[in-house]
Amino acid sequence: MSDPSERLLTTPPGLVRRRRWGRAFELVCLGTTVVGVVFLAIMLVDILIDGAGWLTATFFTESPSRFPSRAGIKPALAGTLWLMGLVALIAFPLGVAAAVYLEEYASRSWVQAVIQTNIANLAGVPSIVYGILGLAVFVRWMFVLTGGRSVLSGALTISLLVLPVIIIAGQEAIRAVPSSIREASYGLGATRWQTVRHHVLPNALPGIMTGTILALSRAIGETAPLIMMGALTFIAFVPDGPRDAFTVLPIQIFNWASRPQDEFRNLAAAAIIVLLVLLLSMNALAIWLRNKYRKEW
Amino acid sequence: MTIDPTSRPVDVGPGGPARDAAEGRDVATTADPARPVAGDPPQPGPRLTGAGRALKERAIGAALALAGAVSILTTVGIVVVLVWESVGFFRHVPVLDFLTGTEWTPLFQPQRFGVLPLLVGSVLIALVASLIAVPLGLGAAIYLSEYSPRNVRDVLKPILEILAGIPTVVYGYFALTFVTPVLRHMIPGLGIFNALSAGIVVGIMILPLIASLSEDAMAAVPRELRQGAYALGSTKLEVATRVVTPAALSGIVASFILAVSRAIGETMAVVLAAGMTPQLTFDPRESVQTMTAYIVQVSLGDTPFGSIEYQSIFAVGLLLFMVTLVMNIFGRWFLNRYREVYA
Repeated sequence: MSDPSERLLTTPPGLVRRRRWGRAFELVCLGTTVVGVVFLAIMLVDILIDGAGWLTATFFTESPSRFPSRAGIKPALAGTLWLMGLVALIAFPLGVAAAVYLEEYASRSWVQAVIQTNIANLAGVPSIVYGILGLAVFVRWMFVLTGGRSVLSGALTISLLVLPVIIIAGQEAIRAVPSSIREASYGLGATRWQTVRHHVLPNALPGIMTGTILALSRAIGETAPLIMMGALTFIAFVPDGPRDAFTVLPIQIFNWASRPQDEFRNLAAAAIIVLLVLLLSMNALAIWLRNKYRKEW
Repeated sequence: MTIDPTSRPVDVGPGGPARDAAEGRDVATTADPARPVAGDPPQPGPRLTGAGRALKERAIGAALALAGAVSILTTVGIVVVLVWESVGFFRHVPVLDFLTGTEWTPLFQPQRFGVLPLLVGSVLIALVASLIAVPLGLGAAIYLSEYSPRNVRDVLKPILEILAGIPTVVYGYFALTFVTPVLRHMIPGLGIFNALSAGIVVGIMILPLIASLSEDAMAAVPRELRQGAYALGSTKLEVATRVVTPAALSGIVASFILAVSRAIGETMAVVLAAGMTPQLTFDPRESVQTMTAYIVQVSLGDTPFGSIEYQSIFAVGLLLFMVTLVMNIFGRWFLNRYREVYA
């Protein structure tokens, strides 16, 4: 083997072994990826097996009861819908306004830098800390306004919790609107607000909606902060107004799951199925919105 | 934005559309002849005079700034509330006793407020969770970024993200009713409540965070580095482990830190599966109480406002807040490092 070009064409020593290691490593990595998927599948199947049989009509029309066969999720489901409605009413306008401010008004100023850092930090604060904040501020200090341990207090707390997510999603949607649109609007004599109101927001709206729905789908499963607010677990009525006491699905699930009897745990599984169906339909709606209004600039 | 619209002359001249100059009031001119712009919807709103319009612009800007300030107020609120009530607590319990005490018995006599059992409980859960999530998450990130064909990736990644979106109370239920019974078959003498089961489900919960942040970091590694390594005759394994992983290291480390911070703040799965026994142990077969679980335990009871038990949740909350905040700041500092290098 004196000709160097000929030597290059032969397999270098050890390459077969190195390739074999590579192949093994690929399989290991694939395996680790699949673990999460398998876990998810087992979890969903287990919950379906435990709970599907309990999804009867009475389950949706009854209140929690000492007797598993007569127990239902009506107050919890109503509380969850109330909470979601109020959170949407509070957090959506606030979040969009903050996003508009950060992108269109305070863009690249020190104010934006401060708020941006602050939002990033807030997004990492454990949800139970928001519960402590809500307990002190909304339940106690603002008692006259909120009625104490009410669905309004809960909604205000959860709104603060999801606000960073909505703001960040809103900013991304606004940033995706090309600046040529803004410049055209300014060029025609529009003011800053007119540009935002008539051009930036309409174009960014699908993105903002998608982000908001995803934020709400996170809020729907929040448990710990609402336990802190005292969203009572034994509530046999549906809230009539924002100042009424309430309970929500995750708290009902927690309550049933922490009892030792199998029947109650199965009820918890049935309530989990309802919660996951709500959550997945919100996600599906968000994805549908995103695909329907996707724009190529 | 390069154009500052506020410095522009605001209104049209006297020949413009009707307006009420004296009052600055709205005059409805929905069909505005001054702006017949093709493709642009006619301005539907009422027109204002120059001064009125500038005022309206300012008011709107101020209102939007107020919304932006809500996030600042939230942070201020959290800090003020935590510190305020903690000061009351630390009037009864010296800070040093709180931080170094090894017994936590606030709900029965004699009351002792040493937070170490709670802190160690949180750390133990986070440790078990990391042992699960770090290797699995890193492996998944390497597979998704270096090996997986596009169509496999498009299926696997959303499924992993579903894991992150499932409410934590659901993980708690699954830990209690499935994982723990399975573990009890394998480990004799394991209690109904144990740190192992809780740690495992928390690990699965934070896995997508590690996988997706690490994969982002690996995707940001310039293709030239990989191509250079391939050109030198490296196999895929060598490129992945000796080129891509080191190059993405700060992003990977950031994902670990942020995930551990998430695990420490995790509440419902831990409350349901790990129990309510504050004890100083690093044995994952034991039942432990975390900082978050203690806060939940107190709020489930009828603790009167202003009592020392009530104040203690703020002191524990303050510690939890500071621990997670420091980790998040470190994590984001690492993230920005790789973004600066490859952006």
